[in-house]
This record gives sequence, C-alpha cells and structure tokens, in this order.
Amino acid sequence: MRYYILIGILMFASCKDVPQTTEVATNKVESVSNDAQVDIADIDLEIYDFNGLKSMLSTTSEKTYVVNFWATWCAPCVKELPYFEKLNANYANKDVEVILVSLDFPNKYDSNLKPFIIKNELKSKVVALNDTNSNTWIPAISEDWSGAIPATLIYNKDKRQFYEQSFTYDELETEVKQFIK
Amino acid sequence: MYKIKTFVAVFAFMVASAFTTSPGYKVGDVATDFNLKNIDGKMVSLSNYKDAKGFIVIFTCNTCPYAVAYEDRIEALNKKYASKGYPVIAIMPNNTDVKPGDNMEAMQARAKAKGFTFPYLMDEGQKIYPQYGATKTPHVYLLQKSSKGNVVKYIGAIDDNYQDAAAVKTKYVENAVDALLAGKEIKETETRAIGCSIKV
Repeated sequence: MRYYILIGILMFASCKDVPQTTEVATNKVESVSNDAQVDIADIDLEIYDFNGLKSMLSTTSEKTYVVNFWATWCAPCVKELPYFEKLNANYANKDVEVILVSLDFPNKYDSNLKPFIIKNELKSKVVALNDTNSNTWIPAISEDWSGAIPATLIYNKDKRQFYEQSFTYDELETEVKQFIK
Repeated sequence: MYKIKTFVAVFAFMVASAFTTSPGYKVGDVATDFNLKNIDGKMVSLSNYKDAKGFIVIFTCNTCPYAVAYEDRIEALNKKYASKGYPVIAIMPNNTDVKPGDNMEAMQARAKAKGFTFPYLMDEGQKIYPQYGATKTPHVYLLQKSSKGNVVKYIGAIDDNYQDAAAVKTKYVENAVDALLAGKEIKETETRAIGCSIKV
C-alpha cells in the first residue's frame, strides 16, 4: 500500500513538472491494450507479390524509406520492431518513412499478423509479401541478402544500403542519418 | 566534434560489416568434417560414412516456421537418397539458451514425432555453422566425396516453394543430387530462400 502511495506521488510529481503528460498516457493505453476495440476486420492488410512490392523499393522523391523485412514468429524481428516504430515517429518530419514488410505465411494473416498489429498498435505502414519465388526476389532486393530475416533496406533516390542484421535504435538512427540531408 | 562522430560512425559500420559478411564456403570449397552429438547420444562424423558418395548437410531446427514447413521434405530427401549414397545430415545450429525449443530434448521429441530417419545433430558451441557460412534455417550444403575431401557442390534452398510442397516447380536439391549421381553438371549451384536467422 505504501508503494502505491509513493508511486502515486511520483506520478503526480512528474505530471506537475512535465507539462505534456502524453508519455504517461501512452503507457497507460499500452498496458490495457487488451481492452482495445479494434477488430482484425478493421485491419486492411495490403498483400503483394514481388512485382507489386517493387514500387516500394525505389523512389524519385526526396523521401528516405526504411523497409524492414520481418515476421511475427521471428523473435529478433519482433525485438527490433519498436525501434523502427520509434524511428518512424521521430523522423516523420525529416521525410523518413518506415515500411514493415511481413513475411508471415498467408494462413497466419488473420490468426497472427493482424492481431499482432492491433496488440502492438503499429503505426508504421505494414504490408505483406506473399511470393514463393524467393530465389528471384531475394537477390533482386539485394545481392548481399542470403535470405535470413530480420533484414532491412534503407534507400532514397541517390543511395541505397542493405543490412542483413538486427538493429538497436542507435544503430538504426546512425544509418538513417547518413541518408537525410 | 563532427569529425569524431563521423569517424565513430564509419568505424562502427566497418566493424558491423566485418561481422555480418561471414566468409563461409563457396561451391568448390572443401567442407570441414565434424564430430557432433546426435539425438541418440552418439557422436556423428562424416568420416563414419564409409560407403557414402556424399552428403546432404542441412542446417535446420525445430522452432523456425520455414524449417518446420520443410521437415517432411527433408525426411523424403533422406528416404530417397540415403540408399543412393547421399544421406541427409541435419545440424541444429541455434544457441539453445536463446531458443530453448531447439534444445536436445526438444530435438529428440521432434525427431520422434516426425519419424526422422536421418541424424539430427547439435552444433554444440556453434563451431560448425560459421565455417560453412550458414546464416539461416533451413540452409542446405550438398557435399560430394573426393580424394581431397568433401567438396561443396550446391548451396541454398531445398526447392522453390516453402509454403506448399505440392506447388513446387523446381526441386533444387534433388536436381543437384541427381546430376551428381548421373555424373552431370549441376545446373543451379546456388539458390536463395527466406529463412530464420541462426540464433547466436
């Protein structure tokens, strides 16, 4: 009981000190996300084969794109996903967009992928790639890609770099900074 | 200050690339033998197989959906080719502290449930997969015995459809083994497929 009071005082104190209480509010929402009323039917998942995905892999605009290949069953992918979300939020005003390309199997879209998007309240654009001809599209995305995920492509109209690795937020930010002016 | 930052960034990138670009084997290289523990507790080496003409070495595991999707096809490869001199040797490369679902007990249970007839070995200490250059599960290395050792003849995927065995158009590994058995050249010596990164 004593702890609750202490936490209460601390929260009150921090709210008082910091005018924006958004962070506290977000944490609260996350902790009760099970109550969220979003249904999987509300998730309009875009599904592409490689030809369809191609338009998201190059640009003529000033924008920098961070394309992350992941799946809900891939533990290191799920671990780094919050960093991509954070990057997407922090760098939106610097013309950076994150696209999360899910490689979940089609029969898992409704049972795993959509519930994951809802539960984790993903704000970045999520699309699904469903193309079994991986021997063609993996080297087309990068000659350096052996096919392991997580994998990430960062590009703008002048430059592109492929990473077959996991990221921390700092590492990701360091890479992205090299792309923005 | 900026100079230092740039230097640190460049250095970090160089270190990162040095670690991500694992050398590994190319087609034509001689692959190392190993002495790894099988699910029956016995140690297995390629040199144990006196009559083999070669090996279908597959880095695979219990916990990767792609590996699971290929379990029956790996078993079918062994059924088809062990008697022709090319047995399947499966090696589980993951760190089992990170993936307890791939530990020895789990491997034994999975092999029993699926009726694996091939050895399913633990890459204890994760010493073997980096030498091969495997990055993911499943990842196939087809080896052919020769006077200089076990030569890598094919690296890559089992076939061209991880989702549906019935929809496979090209059976890469079967084509490669058939070519070796017939004394012909392998048409596709390297292919790529999505897989789960090996957990370190």
